[in-house]
This record gives sequence, C-alpha cells and structure tokens, in this order.
Amino acid sequence: MSWQPVVLWTDALIFSLAGLILFAFSRKHPHGQLHDAWQRLIQMPMAVASGLILLVFVVIGLLDSLHYRPQLPAQPGHAPQYSVEVISVLDTLLQPLREHQEKTYSAPLATRLYVKETMVQPGGRVLRDYPRLQFGGASLLHPQQDWQRDVTNRIMRGSVIGVLFAALLAAVGAGLLAMRRKCGLGALYRQLLGENNRLPWRTALTTLTILSVVIAVMVELAAAYHVFGTDKVGLDVLYNSVKSIRTGLLIGTLTTLIMLPFAVLLGISAGYFGGWIDDVIQYIYTTLNAIPSVLLIAAAVLLMQVYMEAHPALFDSAAARTDFRLLFLCMILGVTSWTGLCRLLRGETLKLRELDYVQAARAFGVSDWRLMWRHILPNLYHLVLISVVMDFSGLVLAEAVLSYLGVGVDPAMQSWGNMVNTARLEMAREPVVWWPLVAAFSLMFTLVLAANLFADSVRDAFDPHGRQR
Amino acid sequence: MMAYLIRRLFYAVPILLGVNILTFLLFFVVNTPDDMARMHVGRKHVTEQAITQWKVEHGYDKPLFYNRAEHGVSSLTDTIFFNKSLRMFALDFGASDDGRDIAREIKTRAGPSLAIAIPVFVLGLLVNVSFALMMVFFRATYLDRLGVVTAVVLMSISGLFYIIAGQYFFAKLWHLVPISGFAAGLDSWRFVLLPVLVSIVAGMGSGTRWYRSIFLEEMSKDYVRTARAKGLSEWRVLFRHVLQNGMIPILTGAVVVLPLLFMGSLLTESFFGIPGLGSYVIDAIQAQDFAIVRAMVFIGSVLYIFGLWLTDIAYAWADPRVRLS
Repeated sequence: MSWQPVVLWTDALIFSLAGLILFAFSRKHPHGQLHDAWQRLIQMPMAVASGLILLVFVVIGLLDSLHYRPQLPAQPGHAPQYSVEVISVLDTLLQPLREHQEKTYSAPLATRLYVKETMVQPGGRVLRDYPRLQFGGASLLHPQQDWQRDVTNRIMRGSVIGVLFAALLAAVGAGLLAMRRKCGLGALYRQLLGENNRLPWRTALTTLTILSVVIAVMVELAAAYHVFGTDKVGLDVLYNSVKSIRTGLLIGTLTTLIMLPFAVLLGISAGYFGGWIDDVIQYIYTTLNAIPSVLLIAAAVLLMQVYMEAHPALFDSAAARTDFRLLFLCMILGVTSWTGLCRLLRGETLKLRELDYVQAARAFGVSDWRLMWRHILPNLYHLVLISVVMDFSGLVLAEAVLSYLGVGVDPAMQSWGNMVNTARLEMAREPVVWWPLVAAFSLMFTLVLAANLFADSVRDAFDPHGRQR
Repeated sequence: MMAYLIRRLFYAVPILLGVNILTFLLFFVVNTPDDMARMHVGRKHVTEQAITQWKVEHGYDKPLFYNRAEHGVSSLTDTIFFNKSLRMFALDFGASDDGRDIAREIKTRAGPSLAIAIPVFVLGLLVNVSFALMMVFFRATYLDRLGVVTAVVLMSISGLFYIIAGQYFFAKLWHLVPISGFAAGLDSWRFVLLPVLVSIVAGMGSGTRWYRSIFLEEMSKDYVRTARAKGLSEWRVLFRHVLQNGMIPILTGAVVVLPLLFMGSLLTESFFGIPGLGSYVIDAIQAQDFAIVRAMVFIGSVLYIFGLWLTDIAYAWADPRVRLS
C-alpha cells in the first residue's frame, strides 16, 4: 500500500455527521409532518439554488477530510516509510496548486512578480525589473502580447466545458429520473413541464450551469496561472482559500453537533419535569449566558494553550495538534451557544406537555423517558433543525473574528480568519496587496450567503407560522 | 412593584456566585498557578526559584481554598479563592499581571468605549427601525423584496470586511478621517466618526430584518384591522399603532444590551486603536494576562445580569400583569 490512512478526530466526526444526515434522508416517512416540510423545501427555488452551492462546499470539505500519509520513496532493505506530513485527497487533486510555489507576492493571473528584483542580463547588464513567475503564465513566450488572448481563450474553453458538463449531469439526472418513473424522456419532459409550478427545475439547472462554469473556468485558469495570485511566501492563494473551506464547515457543523445532545436533553427535561430540575437547568444556562461569550472562549482557549504546552507528549504530529485545537474550539463554542436552543426547547416542551395526547399517553402509564423520546422529541425536530441551520452561518463568521483575536483555530491551519489576519497588514503595504483578502472574503461570503438563504428556506418550510429571526 | 424588583435583584446573587466559581475553576484548578507562572517566566531557563518568586509577587502562592497555616477567619480569607475571586464582589480587582491597578484602568477606559458604543446603539436603532418601517410600509412590493435581499447580503458579509474596507476607502484612499487613534474631549469626533459608521452598517442587515419581522407580526393583529376598518390611512396605522406597539418588544430587547455597552466592541476598538475596554480585553488576551480577563468576565456578567434586571423593570412598566404575579 503506498499510503497510510490517518483519521483525525474531526474527520471521524464530520463523516459520522454526514452519515447521519444521509441516514435521515434515506428513511422515508411518507405521511409524516416532516415529509411535507421536506417536500415544501425542495419546491422552493431559493432552497434548491443555495442547497446546490452548499453541496459543492460540502463535497470539497469532505474530500479535504480524507487524510492519509503518502509513502516515502522506498529504500531497499527497509520497511516502507510514510511521510510525517498528513495530506488529504483534496491536496492530491490540487497537487499542482500546492507545489507551484513562487518566490513571493504576485497579483491574480499575473505573469510577473509583484516586487522588483535585480537581474543580470545575458549581456552582463544589471537590470531592476519585475521577474517572470516560475509557474504563472510560464508557457507564454511574450506575455505582453499573448497574455490577454491566452486568458480569454482559457475562460472561453472553461465556459464551454462547464456548460457541457452541466448538460451531461442534467442528462444523466433526467435519464435516472425517467428510469425511476418508468417513462420515456419525452414523457418526463412533459411531466416536468406539468409540474412547472412545483419543482424549481429551471432554477436547479441554472445554478448547476453557473456552478460548473465557474469551477471549469477556475480549473482552466489555475492550470497555467495563479487565479488569486500568491501570498508572501509565494503560495497560491486559491489553494489556501479552498483549503479553508473545511475549517469553516467544521466550525459551523461540529459545534452544533457537540452541543446538540446537551441542549436537547436539558431543554426537554427542564420543560417536562419542571420543579427543581427546571430551576437547576435554568440556573446553569443563565450563569453560562451571563459570561460574555468572547471572553469565555478566549479564556478557555488560553487555558488550553497552557495545557498543551504542559503536556506536549499527548500530541504526536502537527496535524493532531491543530486538529485538537479545532475540536476544542468547537466544544467551547458549543458551550457558549447551546443555551439559546435549550431555552427554546424548554418553552416548547412546556406547551407540548399540556397537550391532550401527552396527557393520554401518561394516563396509559408510558414512562417519562419513553414519553419524552417518542412523543415530545419528534415534535421538536423542526425547531432543532431550524436552529442548526440558522447557527451555521454565524459560526462561520465567528471563526474569522476569533482567529483575528488570536483565540481561533491554530495559526498554522488554513482558515479564512487566519488569511484575513495576515492580509490586514498587507493592506497597509504600498502598493497594496489586496487579493488574499478578496479571495478569503469572497469565498466566505459565498458560503455564508448560501447558508443564510438556505436557512431562511428551511425555516419557512418547517415552521411556516414561526416568527422570523 | 418595589418588592418584585428587589426579589428579582436577589436572583442575581446565586448567578454571580456561579460565574465566580466557574471562572475560578477555569483559571486556577484546570491549570495550576504553577503552569501560569511557567508560561509567564518563559519556557526556557525556568527555575523553581523564578516560579516561586513570580507567584509571590502576584499573590498566587497561597492555598486555593483553605489555609492551614493561618488561624480563625484568616484561614479562609488568606487564600487565592478569597483574594482573587470573592474580592471582586467588592469591586476590588487587584493588579494585572504587569502590575497595574485594574480598577483604575477600567475607569479611564470606559469613556472611549462609551463614545463609540452609545452613538452606535442610538443611531443604529434609529436607522434600523426606520428602514424596517419603510419595508413594512412597502411590504410585498419589489422595494420590500429588494430590502430583504439587501439585508441578507449585508448579514452575510463578515464584520471584519466592513472594518477593513471602511478603513481602506475612507481613511487610506480618500483621507477623510484618520485611520485609527483617539483624542480626549470634543476633538475625538474625527476618530469616532468612522468606527460608528462602520458598526452601524455592519449591524444593519440583521437589525433591519429583525425589526421588520416584529412589525410584520404586529401588522397581522386584530387591532390593525380595526384601525383600518375605521378608515385610518395606512400611514397613520403604521406610525400611530404598529410603531408604538412594536416598540415594546424592541425597547425591552434593547434594554438587555444597554449595560453591556460599557464593555465596548472588541473588534472595532482594536482595529481603530481606541483605548477602550474592548481593546483592553484584546490586549490582555494577547498578553495572556489572566487577571484582566478574569476581572472583565466578572464585570461582563454583572452588567449582563443588570441588563436582565432592567428588562424586568421594562416589562413590569409595560405590562401591569407582571407586577402582580
């Protein structure tokens, strides 16, 4: 085997979460309340469009969560050795981006470095000019004349490939759908037209086309240029910002995954049992709420640093260290953010407890735990789901702020917060280096906007009468 | 009424005690004072002596809860828990790890923080409520939809972006205001202008959306239908009835955050170099000064609970039923 799999804690958690979601999707309740809500959701154009965009991010994040150690060049007579560096499948896919390192800054799509250097001409003349990049536009013989044509060509080619790819996907999708419905393509087309008002397949196709065109153009351009330029040490900014997707996704999802059991259990118990249990739980969350969350996070992260310095033996590799720090950050973010959901669930349980069917179940002698599990929890699913998707975008944004404050993810980890943090100094440079900032913000914006729109749709679909947040 | 408020005030005591014990556990039991001393003295060349000296200098050399060496009351008072944690109830915060008096620092830094926070709060509320009212007035038209979309877009932009973009365009490119800094007295307006503007814009998305939903909820109530039925103009319905009724949840919601304005804004203050409490916290975090972080955690929770109490007053004032229960 030429590679050795490495499963980090966060990898395990994110894949189990993905599995959980798939499992929930695959179990069908054709008559359930939630089923209707899902139906409503996939009929919303906004939900479909933003959901597709989120899907792209999730796929990138999951690819980036499959970690392994590549095998080092074999030495005869020795057992195979594996590299210390842990890389992911995404790294392998983006190998050229990762390895095409320039000397220092270069602007997006540039062919020359951003700083002047002293060069010796063949004739012995010394010249100060912007040197050619090692990889960016290296294939061009005369950058001044050819650059524009080459870039336009690549964009055109990317667009065509993107459209073709989207068409292929749509065709495959339509074929599968036709097979499932056991009808011809023509009949399917008429069916879809007939259902015109229900399924937003036009929106889906448009989004799919736009997404695949953008990705294809990026791939085409990235093959020969640095699409978002390079950073101070010459690393490709596009690579960095794509790698940051995993960090953002993990913070947004793992935090809720970790806090969810506590919030649900405590919220339902407080509402259901009342009395002193309610008092204690209310006391706990008011106390936690009283501490300013940023300060609690900062204090906890600082203390964790002290702990990690005191126990270096527990963390064998750099990846394990950054991973532990990320997980811990998710945990502490979870501690500060579960109170809202807990209070919401408590209030809803208080209402449900008095309803006839709960009273009836209790009269039949159903035990407390079974009652909470079978009769109350299913009626809270929609609240849990809504709050999970609503919290996601806020957490992604919070990661950037915390990393800026120095209490976020590990400084060595690629994240938008860390990118913004370094880019802040670059904005004060003369001439300004703006592309790392723009790259980080635009990707973060896309993810957060899609998440916000999706969350709105989810809320509308699952809780049509609920108050907007 | 008085009795109700006093009773509510007493609820604060166990919560503050809880915060106090929690922070104490976090700062002294999870990590021992030895760990802290080792970090401050530096990892290299740490001698037992240097650690002990640091602990003596900063008063961390005592037992945590119970001092066996002392007698009587002082066996309980001459401990870290009493000196470092319980004393905060008397607003005695001691000295920071670099030896300055924390209480005095906080007093001098509250001013600049408020100079930013109060205008942001007042103007932000005004702007958000006005936009929300406008969107409700034009509800279900393209103007309304445009407003909602704009709000979502504004919400989705990182707060860091507003600050960095604001500084870049207004200060660096157009030289309208200084990039950062602060001046005492009335001179400070030049420095305050940009942070206030940026903070208001950054908060507009979520604020407008939230107020819009409050007003929309009011719009669907019976009294609005009655008001329309008796022939009031839409304008009058909105401003006389919906606005006034909607202000109850808005104001009670705003009262909670009122005391927390003292804490200032971490991001804005640190980016704009304003010597307020927010930047104090950031500096403390970056210098790993636990004494300051502990003091600020305590103050923050006192202010939060004070805010809850003010909310109780506001509710009691707005809704007579609360007073009787």
